[in-house]
Amino acid sequence: MSTKVEPVVLAQRARKRFSRPWASLTAIIIAVLWTTPTFGLLLSSFRPEKEIKTTGWWTFFSNPEFTLNNYNEVLYGSASSGRLASAFINSLVITIPSVLFPIAFAALAAYALSWVEFRGRDWLFVGIFALQVVPLQMALVPLLSFFSQGVDVAGFTLLPAWNLDGEWKFIQVWFAHTAFGLPLAVFLLHNFMSELPGSVIESARVDGASHGAIFRKIVLPLITPALASLAIFQFLWVWNDLLVALVFASGPETSPLTARLADMAGSRGNEWQRLTAGAFISIIVPVAVFLGLQRYFVRGLLAGGVKG
Amino acid sequence: MSIQTRLRLAGLTSAGVCAALAITACGAPTEDSGLSEEEQDCATYEQFGDFTEEQPSVSIYTPITDAEADAYEAAWAPFVECTGIQVKYEGSNDFEAQIEVRVSGGDAPDIAVFPQPGLMARYQEQMIPASAELEALASEGWSEDWLQYGTLDGQLYAQPLSANLKSLVWYSPTQFSENGYEIPETWDELISLSDTIADSGMKPWCAGIDSGDATGWPVTDWVEDMLLRESGGDVYDQWVNHEIPFNDPAIVAAVDKAGSILKNEDYMNGGYGDVSSMAGVSFEEGGLPIAAGECALHRQASFYSAQWPDEVEVGPEGDVFAFHLPGNTADETPLLGGGEFVAAFRDAPEVDAFRQYLSSDLFANARMKTGPWASSHSGADAANATDPLMEMTVELFSDPEAEFRFDGSDLMPGDIGSKAFLEEMTEWIKGKSTEDALDAVEKAWED
Amino acid sequence: MTFDFLDQLPKFGVLGIGLVAFLVVVMGVLYVGNIVPHRPKSLIAGMVFLIPTLILVGIGLIVPAIRTTILSFGDRTGEGFVGLANYVWIFTDSDMLTVVRNSAIWVVLTPLLATAVGLVYATIIDRSKFEKLAKTLVFLPMAISFVGAAIIWKFVYDYKQIGNQIGLLNQIMVWVFGEGATQHWLAMPFWNNLFLIAVMVWIQAGFATVVLSAAIKGVPSEIIEAARLDGVNAWQMFWKVTVPSIRPAIVVVIVTMSIAALKLFDIVRTMTGGADGTSVLAYEMYAQSFPGQQTGRGAALAVVLFALVIPIIIYQVRNLRQRKEVR
Repeated sequence: MSTKVEPVVLAQRARKRFSRPWASLTAIIIAVLWTTPTFGLLLSSFRPEKEIKTTGWWTFFSNPEFTLNNYNEVLYGSASSGRLASAFINSLVITIPSVLFPIAFAALAAYALSWVEFRGRDWLFVGIFALQVVPLQMALVPLLSFFSQGVDVAGFTLLPAWNLDGEWKFIQVWFAHTAFGLPLAVFLLHNFMSELPGSVIESARVDGASHGAIFRKIVLPLITPALASLAIFQFLWVWNDLLVALVFASGPETSPLTARLADMAGSRGNEWQRLTAGAFISIIVPVAVFLGLQRYFVRGLLAGGVKG
Repeated sequence: MSIQTRLRLAGLTSAGVCAALAITACGAPTEDSGLSEEEQDCATYEQFGDFTEEQPSVSIYTPITDAEADAYEAAWAPFVECTGIQVKYEGSNDFEAQIEVRVSGGDAPDIAVFPQPGLMARYQEQMIPASAELEALASEGWSEDWLQYGTLDGQLYAQPLSANLKSLVWYSPTQFSENGYEIPETWDELISLSDTIADSGMKPWCAGIDSGDATGWPVTDWVEDMLLRESGGDVYDQWVNHEIPFNDPAIVAAVDKAGSILKNEDYMNGGYGDVSSMAGVSFEEGGLPIAAGECALHRQASFYSAQWPDEVEVGPEGDVFAFHLPGNTADETPLLGGGEFVAAFRDAPEVDAFRQYLSSDLFANARMKTGPWASSHSGADAANATDPLMEMTVELFSDPEAEFRFDGSDLMPGDIGSKAFLEEMTEWIKGKSTEDALDAVEKAWED
Repeated sequence: MTFDFLDQLPKFGVLGIGLVAFLVVVMGVLYVGNIVPHRPKSLIAGMVFLIPTLILVGIGLIVPAIRTTILSFGDRTGEGFVGLANYVWIFTDSDMLTVVRNSAIWVVLTPLLATAVGLVYATIIDRSKFEKLAKTLVFLPMAISFVGAAIIWKFVYDYKQIGNQIGLLNQIMVWVFGEGATQHWLAMPFWNNLFLIAVMVWIQAGFATVVLSAAIKGVPSEIIEAARLDGVNAWQMFWKVTVPSIRPAIVVVIVTMSIAALKLFDIVRTMTGGADGTSVLAYEMYAQSFPGQQTGRGAALAVVLFALVIPIIIYQVRNLRQRKEVR
């Protein structure tokens, strides 16, 4: 009993050493620095347009003027605001598959790259890792022409144009987000998976388990936390993306929340005060996802991070 | 914006909702849209053909978003209803970059609305030339001055859509009448008015040139207006087409003339500080000190009327209004302006029918009723404008004597007009000499 | 009112089809993975698992990378051939040299600062009562879109020469040094880059904090105990125990952030538009290619960007080799 208690006590003592005033002070300073800008935005979103544009948000404390007008305008203000709810649904329809696809494919790929031995495997991994640096801006035009014109090689149509229209354009966005998200996902999951205890997998092999069975029954349960944490990052990225959506999800049937909010500033940017409210409307879902999955997140990165 | 305009816009909103949602569900547009009975009568639209059987759709991609976009949809709602052509509207503030991605990616919209004719030339191969009918309609509606910007190699590709007037000086009618200031009719009167105001202890001019990745454009507009006044349209055209060097003495003179106001510490920058403060003030805020009584004059285009806060009344008797930036003499009335051009990327009868409708006076007048908007169409009736500023803009554009030129920076190649020229003019405000700045742009253009 | 849920149904239909397709692909791969020979060394088995990734990455990234490389030798329309002219331009034009320099500053400073902040913060808040809240506060910026972040920072850096400030930093200058002390932060040559980097650090520190905090929790308590018995102080504990124990996690964080810093584009676009010497490679590539219609130059900038990742790749290859030796 006593031998088990001792490390805990020691750890507590260690923590006490760390909890000196200067350490707490540093933490508080960092927390304040990191929160103040966002707090300023939150406060601004409740201030009238004229106040936002002419005085600092801190004057709210000496001269509190409160309005819900910015939220009102974002939600119901313009004629096209009926589309906000629909844009919200578009964001969800875009995001769910765009998170599932890359993570599942990356998990499969990472398994092969860590536990199936074949020639050139490490080079393949490094190659996929290096693709992270391909700027997606350069991939927009070729990928768009892949969808709109198909693939022609020397006058022979290898793949016809997809001709996606209306709701079907969701397929384009999923494809784009999946392709762009894969290299980072493969990199992180490979880091994690290659550190799983080899003995477990080896013994399953000896028992005659196939690769499919090993992946499903042994690897998958062990990496669930890592998958959850990766899911949050991919979710944040897709939910907040504007560039990919502008190109591949054009049109009211597919265009997401970010595109709708970007338009709210008006053609001449004169209504930018609306973006204060818009930013908080669009942040709700990511924050909810983060808080909801934080538990997995920590555990996932714990195992993955430590063994790197 | 006056209360009346607000109310009118609120009324329009409900009509816009109908247009935005599947048009069929709403039936005929309501009276709220402000369109006349004739404009809502289907007989009016027979000239554009009958597509009610096929219900083809036409996609249109523009840089126009939000309330302005809604006003467009409200204006063409009867056209959609009567002809059966389904117009799919998409606007984006990122148009300039997106159109390049889409056209190169083979996913061009049926119709694109270009705010910068200079960007269009690159797509000559992909664009569909105007049909004979469209060309006839367009030349009836617009002067050669305007159509030349939509013409490539002698062939009309794109017709104008809206028009905005850049040669305007915003001022406060109340402030002017209180102090007995007169609206100047010549350049010299403008300068002596500026001196009078400066002597009274107020810096007369204010401006802001910060505008994200387009920072500096308000200065280029100043230079263009000056060049048009100093050297006339022919030199202006040569300059835009790079037939004379960018650092030609005529340009140096124009920049220096702009500098006699912009870089004059006695004149600049009312409400914001000294000359250098301009770089830190956004163009949206540039003229706002006028409403606060801290500045008297602000040279900015007609579209600046959208920037005034709701409680500021725009009108000849109101809190703020604008006068035409004078020429050297009272007889000279050069007009610098801008506008959008409508180009097609798909060859189909419904696309052409919609373009024909957009180049008719029917559309111009309907659009003027659905929200603040001006056109240089000869059939546009100033009386249809929703506010006095748009009324004045349409009137000035309809003056056959006036020499009109399009915003030069929008006509030049992208890396000059949207980059080098802007950047060097920003540097110029910060203290770079006229010669050095213009030499740098010339060098960039030669590369 | 104007929103009819029935209109939304087709979207869910497409979503359903997408999810079914997803299941079919994943099950298919696993099924084939079941029947291929399950020897440890098998190219076929490896390929079965890799096929979805390779197809997607091939179309979405490899083809574009090859196309970009070819275009980088072309002219502004993307058709003519100009040899190395675009590269010569990048490494001789003084503006472009600034862009390259800025990217170098970004790629060095962002990961270092964000990791340092994350590491210190994670260490201090570890096991404290407010740990969850503290972590959430620092993570929040990651959840905000760039549109929102741009406005948040406008309220920090905004500059008015005189009159009411709406930027917090300048208001602080006024409070401390009085009127006239205000600075146009985003136009100060060279320093403005650091102000932009601060925004990126603000966004990325949350990532570092969460990852490193998890790693710190994984440090075996026996090690801490042993160190404690040796009588090390808090400072030594941090440097000699914590940091070495979580080194792999630090490396993952730094590598991921370096690549993110190289590709950074939104902050520059929304805050300065590359003005006053703040442009970076990824932004300049975008500005040249699309609004600038300079296809060749834009592509060449992208290739320079690819090249800059080579040191990171070499490092990664060495890492893999070492790991093999350990195993």
